[in-house]
Amino acid sequence: MKLRAIITLTVYGILAAIASLWMAKQSYSWFPPEASAESKLIDDLFALFTGLGTFIYLGVIGPFFYSLIFHRAAKYDLSDGPAIEGNTWLEVIWTAVPLVLVISLALASYRTYNKMAIRGPMDLVHLHLPQLMETAYALPLDDTPQLQIQNALETAPVEHIDVTARQWAWIFRYPEQNVTSTELHLPVNRRARFTLHSEDVLHGFYIPAFRVEQYVVPNQDIDFEVTPIKTGTYRLRDSMYSGTYFAANQTDAVVQPVEEYRQWLAAAAAQTPTPAFNQAASEYARGQAQGGRAKENTAIKGWATIPPAPPPVTNYASKQVSNK
Amino acid sequence: MTDISLKVPEAVRAQPYPGAPDNWKRFFTFSTDHKVIGIQYIVTSFFFFLVGGAFAMVIRGELITPDADLIDRTAYNALFTMHGTIMLFLWTFPVLVGLGNYLVPLMIGARDMAFPRLNAVSFWMIPVAGVLLMASFLVPGGPSQSGWWAYPPVSLQNPTGNLINGQVLWILAVAISGVSSIMGAVNFVTTIFRMRSPGMTWFRTPAFVWAVLAAQLIQLYGLPALTGGAIMLLLDLTIGTSFFAPDRGGNPILYQHFFWFYSHPAVYVMVLPAFGTFSEVLPVHARKPLFGYRVIAASSILITIISGAVWVHHMYASATPPWMRMFFMVTTMLVAVPSGIKVFGWVATVWGGKIRFTTPMLFALGGISNWLFAGITGIFLGSVPIDLHVHNTYFVVGHFHYVLYGAIAMAIFAAIYHWFPKITGRRYYEGLGQLHFALAYIGTQLTFLPMHPLGLMGMPRRVASYDLEFAYWNVIASLGGFLLGVSTVPFILNMVSSWILGEKAGDNPWRAYGLEWLTTSPPSVENFEEIPVVISPPYGYGQDRPLVASNPNPKTIADSGFLIEQKTLSPEPE
Repeated sequence: MKLRAIITLTVYGILAAIASLWMAKQSYSWFPPEASAESKLIDDLFALFTGLGTFIYLGVIGPFFYSLIFHRAAKYDLSDGPAIEGNTWLEVIWTAVPLVLVISLALASYRTYNKMAIRGPMDLVHLHLPQLMETAYALPLDDTPQLQIQNALETAPVEHIDVTARQWAWIFRYPEQNVTSTELHLPVNRRARFTLHSEDVLHGFYIPAFRVEQYVVPNQDIDFEVTPIKTGTYRLRDSMYSGTYFAANQTDAVVQPVEEYRQWLAAAAAQTPTPAFNQAASEYARGQAQGGRAKENTAIKGWATIPPAPPPVTNYASKQVSNK
Repeated sequence: MTDISLKVPEAVRAQPYPGAPDNWKRFFTFSTDHKVIGIQYIVTSFFFFLVGGAFAMVIRGELITPDADLIDRTAYNALFTMHGTIMLFLWTFPVLVGLGNYLVPLMIGARDMAFPRLNAVSFWMIPVAGVLLMASFLVPGGPSQSGWWAYPPVSLQNPTGNLINGQVLWILAVAISGVSSIMGAVNFVTTIFRMRSPGMTWFRTPAFVWAVLAAQLIQLYGLPALTGGAIMLLLDLTIGTSFFAPDRGGNPILYQHFFWFYSHPAVYVMVLPAFGTFSEVLPVHARKPLFGYRVIAASSILITIISGAVWVHHMYASATPPWMRMFFMVTTMLVAVPSGIKVFGWVATVWGGKIRFTTPMLFALGGISNWLFAGITGIFLGSVPIDLHVHNTYFVVGHFHYVLYGAIAMAIFAAIYHWFPKITGRRYYEGLGQLHFALAYIGTQLTFLPMHPLGLMGMPRRVASYDLEFAYWNVIASLGGFLLGVSTVPFILNMVSSWILGEKAGDNPWRAYGLEWLTTSPPSVENFEEIPVVISPPYGYGQDRPLVASNPNPKTIADSGFLIEQKTLSPEPE
């Protein structure tokens, strides 16, 4: 009987471990493409959490369901179960193991955070390379993301971009060429530093393919860094609720080869600034034209709103606006 | 003290003061009976649960298609704001206070709460807050559209320029609900500290009472911060002070500290009584003592302590310095330890028991399985790098609803079914109860599980429209949401018909341990003719261990109960 229990537990443990590994591998497919070096770091960390989380989930839910299936009372059995009030050893184990586990997970998160070397608003003493070097040995996971960040920093100066968020538009300014755009363009394999400003309320600067987000706070200039490593067009979303047209405050982030990026900048600089299309302003104007406040195609009318800021005047405007 | 028993009115269902109605009308009076107040809380909050649920149906209706085409964006924003506000401040908090109000005095062998009038005042503030909140639909500009966090500067933007606007009414309602909760907390803490019956030492106090105490202590230390923050916001909005308004030199991030200092621990205020319910329901329906009762009881207090220092995990992306991110990451993850102790204890409680799948047991088991999942995704969210991706996405919404609906609402239903025979004196219909559970459990998974992949893909919360890539999971979530809506129908049917027509339940239909089962169903006004004397710890299943020294209700309860020490049989009482 004892032996059977041990074998059952071992077999279940092995199966749970296999399932957890499988889930950890699967977890990479739940995300948008890994378009920045940071996204790889986060996906690895997420996979670690998913694996452990699955194991804990199965470890608890397995015995739980086993008990629910096999320990039911017979229909006319009114007797009580065994009077077991506790077991000190078990209780010590299930306090100590989670404690060790969460401390390890916190440590792993800390190391990932360090590798990302995110520049926070008050991170005055910004440790780039030394920190990257010293944590490199620590994690068994792939260290290419760090090398990519490091290479990006060594091959070229950091690309500066001013980001302005307002109700409800994004404006990107490339200070060296004095180019403005409503679409974010970035060179691949270069570290990009955004300086985030808000003209009115809180916004959230969020490119899911880059995996990092940062609030944009009025009256504060927040520096924020990321390293794009994959060309393509990704969505940039406002992640902090910012009022009526919040959901429409989205645009594209285009990561290009360095040459293409330079050409884009030059072409944009040659354009005279014109008012760009703005989803919020256009919806609002349509509503005003109807005489009411609501859009014509909604079933239920709404209430008064803060009017959107006038459409931004920029050298370059995103081609098609796919905001739904 | 012996005089007390002489003052007990003769009639079993006599009322607290002469002339008080002794029928359904008493629920509409300023009654000071904790049981009347408990039912007032539960029924009122359930009404608001239906209102908040109706809003959720409209929200899911809007989100079943990518375009903003069902309702105007302003209406959508108002509805998710009101959904969150109502579900938290007018459903989850008050219904749990109602259950606590009903059960705590019975469970500790007291005749009422420590301050019965204060108790009635606390309750009657809830309808006031509810009316204010509903009235905001009628003012120009409509209800608040700044989310249930009411973050400035959005909450300070007042498009109509009216002094009386939805946001002002929202702040007033939240402040009133806060004051009501603070008064309730004073009452609960005093009652639990001072009014436990003789012999009920701390480790003879039921786990539910421990959990309510732990939750109410959080109310006491946390709510003043939220109420203070709300008043500052009100001043900014009405008389133009500059606490949080950036254009006048204020700091909007400061508000987030005030808000989350309370509002994260508030989740524990709601989940602790749910834990307490699991700890009460499982032993009864598995016929086994609560495994590791002392540790489970004490871990509630541990949660109270840790929850005082976790609030910044809502603000990792809010211009928060790295050292703060790291500190709060560690404290947040530590909450998993006491929560884990409880889950392991519950699993060990059902292990090897004599399990009966009654409706309350099903809801408790379902709630625990949902809590396990929500607890694990909670650790994900505590990790700074992961949170920087999923913060303010549907991953958070999914996690939060697994806690709030999957665990807490399930626990509330478990509690209502479990104590329904005690509260009404009648049995509910088991078949309808099990149907309710099946619909609610499947609905929960269908609605809230798809929100996790949506969040990982990068769908922000609070959007009225979204990109096509998110449509698939949103359709499933919406259909699940409608199923959840339908699941309340058998519940309402069951409660109303059983209360009127149900079979008489008897005093202790579950053969459960606990002082509340040593009085009539429903209990008399004074609960006990004599204050019970507790002689052993709770959950004495399988050991024939009497709970009290003598029958506290000799006139109405048969003296042959297994809970009462039989003097003739045991010559040496403890």
